Amino acid sequence: MATIEARGLRKSFGSTVALDGFDLQVEEGRILGLIGPNGAGKTTALNAMLGLLQCEGDLRVLALDPWKERERLMQDVCFIADVAVLPRWIRVSQLLDYVAGVHPKFDRAKAEGFLAKTTIKRTSRVRELSKGMVTQLHLAIVMAIDARLLVLDEPTIGLDILFRKQFYDSLLNDYFDRSRTIVVSTHQVEEIEHVLTDVVFIDRGRKVFECSMDDIESRYAEVMVRPDSAAAARAMKPMQERQLLGRSAFLFDGVDRQQLAALGEVRTPSIADLFVAVMGAAR
Amino acid sequence: MNHFYWQVRREIWENRSLYLAPIAACGVFMLGFPFALAKLIATIHNVGQHTSIAMPYDIFAGLQMAVMMMVGAFYCIDALYGERRDRSMLFWKSLPVSDLTSVLAKVAIPIAVLPVLTWLITIAAQLLMLLVSTVALAGNGSHVAMLWNDVSFFQRSLLLLYHLIMVHSLYLAPLYGWLLFVSAWVRRAPFVWATVPLLAIAFVERIAFGTTSFAALVGNRLAGNGMDAIVAHGTFPMDPHTHLTPIRFLTSPELVIGLLVCAIFVAAAMWMRRYRSAI
Repeated sequence: MATIEARGLRKSFGSTVALDGFDLQVEEGRILGLIGPNGAGKTTALNAMLGLLQCEGDLRVLALDPWKERERLMQDVCFIADVAVLPRWIRVSQLLDYVAGVHPKFDRAKAEGFLAKTTIKRTSRVRELSKGMVTQLHLAIVMAIDARLLVLDEPTIGLDILFRKQFYDSLLNDYFDRSRTIVVSTHQVEEIEHVLTDVVFIDRGRKVFECSMDDIESRYAEVMVRPDSAAAARAMKPMQERQLLGRSAFLFDGVDRQQLAALGEVRTPSIADLFVAVMGAAR
Repeated sequence: MNHFYWQVRREIWENRSLYLAPIAACGVFMLGFPFALAKLIATIHNVGQHTSIAMPYDIFAGLQMAVMMMVGAFYCIDALYGERRDRSMLFWKSLPVSDLTSVLAKVAIPIAVLPVLTWLITIAAQLLMLLVSTVALAGNGSHVAMLWNDVSFFQRSLLLLYHLIMVHSLYLAPLYGWLLFVSAWVRRAPFVWATVPLLAIAFVERIAFGTTSFAALVGNRLAGNGMDAIVAHGTFPMDPHTHLTPIRFLTSPELVIGLLVCAIFVAAAMWMRRYRSAI
């Protein structure tokens, strides 16, 4: 059974439709990037998976109904909403005591080990820590929990580039293994590109694109076309054409690379390039 | 049960006023105590002044009760609102603790934890007052005996605990329930929402029917007018020789209906915590 199975999720807040028939399937051991513009429904989708809100449709996470079985689900799911959700009044030592007290899968020694690599003092209150340190603290706690699914909703928003890089490096090196699954939503696509195994684009509450990173390499190609070959390139039905430094960049889906090489320099598009092309076509 | 224990601990960590406020009240009272002590030494020769010997202890207990009601009310108003406002609810809900356990722990604070903390702090301070008075009266054995006899510390302590539990937690439970419900419900200005609807109901009743029964209902709870039920009629509740009537109180409709109202509000607060998102 897949780690996450969602079919036809629907949720509206008043007259705003946040999820409009959203489907998602995530298998164990994948790292999925959920990417979409502001207001696309990313947070709503993640909150539904975490049992934080009720929505229509079929949703199973680790074979549980998140809304009805949140307490059980949270034994196997960890969640970082963003940097600001740790209670500001709590002391680091109290936080460790508390999580050790309520979470059966928390390994306190492991968390202490991660914290030892930082400058966070055990006696500090969360409000005294910098934003970056709060993230380190939350990550140390989450990584010390032997969970099967980790959900990250814009986990590095507002952090500087050093902390952002360190955050994803720690996740990959010290946490991730093939028996865990990670779902991460973010705007900062470039930084997590090398981390992901799969990517899903969401727009206006629907899944508009889905691909594994391996398939992106084999399916999609971006070609920098010389002006004299532009007409030939257009004839091959590109997904998108854009002007770049006096030349045209064409994005192709499922066209043979050798054929494209005749037109100009071929490279694999970044997720950001794909995102712009897919969203541009959808709107 | 283990989760409940940790939830209660986390509430006490967060709300240090639960024990700091009664301790601060002790500090304030101790400023006035030397004057009371001086008066005691000056007047203890006059037999027949016995009531004034115990008076500072009654005033002190009353002060602690007032402090406790305020701390309890402010705690309840913020208990479920604060975690939504600062978004820490997203962290609490990322852990395998149910809404039921979280909310029950929050109810337990004004109903059980706060009365016990207040009681412990109050009797510790009263014992200190007694010991200081004993030292001050030392050299006159009969006066010391009179002091301990009049204050009758152990009976007084038990009576205080009885009073705190019966009146300040059980009888006031519906009001704490209401405040917790408001705290879980509103998006802003919980203090306004906690008070204005009560005033509005009283006002509308006055206009429409010319009666004041709702205002009297709430007012009587706050003023502890149900005390008639916990002690025999007409006796002072803190008097060590008062006659307690716990059975009558526990079976009185006022108490039973009040507890039911509290249960309804708490169930609604639990439901709200499940559905409400961070603000």
